[in-house]
Amino acid sequence: MNARTKTRRQVLHGAAGAAAAVALWPRPSAAQAAPHIVIIGGGFAGATCARALREADEKLAITLVEARRTYTAPPFSNAVLGGLRDLTSQQFSYDKIAGAGITVKIDTATGIDPQARNVTLSNGDKLPYDRLVLAPGVDLRFDAIPGYDEAASAQVPHAWTTDGTQFDLLRSQLEAMADGGLVAIVSPVNPARCPPAPYERASMIAHYLKTKKPHSKVVILDAKDSFVMQSLFQNAWQKLYPDILEWKSLSSGGNVASVDVAKKTIETDFDTYQFAVANVIPPQKAGKVAALAGVTDRTGWCPIDPVTFESLQQKNIHVIGDAALAGAMPKAAFAATVEGKLCAAAILSLLAGKAPVPAKLVSNCYSLVAPGYAISTTSINHPVNGQYVDVEGSGGISPLDAPPAYRAEEAKFADAWFRTNTAEIFG
Amino acid sequence: MMKKRIILVALALGFVPACASAAALAPPVAAACTGCHRSGGDPALPQLAGRPANDIVAAMDAFRSGKRPATVMDRIAKGYSDDEIAAIATWYSAQR
Repeated sequence: MNARTKTRRQVLHGAAGAAAAVALWPRPSAAQAAPHIVIIGGGFAGATCARALREADEKLAITLVEARRTYTAPPFSNAVLGGLRDLTSQQFSYDKIAGAGITVKIDTATGIDPQARNVTLSNGDKLPYDRLVLAPGVDLRFDAIPGYDEAASAQVPHAWTTDGTQFDLLRSQLEAMADGGLVAIVSPVNPARCPPAPYERASMIAHYLKTKKPHSKVVILDAKDSFVMQSLFQNAWQKLYPDILEWKSLSSGGNVASVDVAKKTIETDFDTYQFAVANVIPPQKAGKVAALAGVTDRTGWCPIDPVTFESLQQKNIHVIGDAALAGAMPKAAFAATVEGKLCAAAILSLLAGKAPVPAKLVSNCYSLVAPGYAISTTSINHPVNGQYVDVEGSGGISPLDAPPAYRAEEAKFADAWFRTNTAEIFG
Repeated sequence: MMKKRIILVALALGFVPACASAAALAPPVAAACTGCHRSGGDPALPQLAGRPANDIVAAMDAFRSGKRPATVMDRIAKGYSDDEIAAIATWYSAQR
């Protein structure tokens, strides 16, 4: 196909040399090496992409690199904090993915060479690729809030990544807390992973406090003045948690100046909050492997072509999921799954020398406000002039005046979506 | 209206098999559906595979116009054109 493929073949021939000496003639499969797709990040985006590629083409060599042996899914993790689910119901192994014929490497990438087209793993292995897909999710900016660095997160959890121990820590702190304490949630600026999640989290914690520790309170200290589904959340809070949950917007003093994990205090521009339990969700950027590959811009996110998901900064490297940036792409698990499939289709087209087909990026994000009470935001985006924009007249949020049966229906669908989608990816 | 839709489905049916031989992947326009409507998925979210194309088109039309009550499918259906719905219906009706 091109010089690059030839180089890779030469490498393979070299490796096959020893085998050929035994076999005496090359095996037919070795004569025409299949393209190798390396995917870094085994979350909703990356794992979906791996499976879609596998489903579409049995000859492709596909390697999925993921740092953690067990994946802790962020959607619904707030229900774990609220005591409605076990953390184990959020956790998935890569066994079925490996069983489907995808090479799974539990390791981290320590280097990416876009010119030579290879990935170096922490054990020193080099993975040559024809196309590289990065699905690294988000990294937390531990330099953004004075007093809140990575070491501090061992005492005051963020519970914002796929690290299950962070959820265990926050949940156990909530359980250990004496009735009457204050739970403080620090909510970040956008862009951030799953923008409604801090408010869902506050709702779930408020539900727990209401039922188990009714003299306690939860306060959201927000770096923003507005948030997605705000009126839906606030209507629900007024009804369900009027004396328990308080939202402090940026302009009403929500902006956090510093955190002191030893003294258990949070300083805002105007006040000091003495907390019993705190959850600090720092501002975010693309997962660090993206910077390693040179695909992040000065915002810390990864600009991409919305049709191919290829980086605008490095050829043959695609970025999907929360790390990617192309207009109105929602940072949501649902969207990440769709991106994984669309990226797989685009890569197959590119490998076949065809033009990838522009498609629709659908996302539907549920937030649980109480047991049997969910709200949602839906978007359908399409590429226009290199950016994703909303398809006019589509999408939207749950109606403000919906009856309880509607909220219950959404809660049922939320649960069904999670089970169906995770089965599609990890099952 | 209905006649036009049937023609569209027929056109899409004629178009898809040529592509289908290249890959077993849903066409990009239909990629999102199985995140919820997967074969063997949750009974609350009915599977699309194997359903008659005209049923899928009729359902999407009813969601789009608001005739059929929904939570999110009305918001989603409004994001698709007639041609796209026809392509989705054609693809899933041919799946098992």
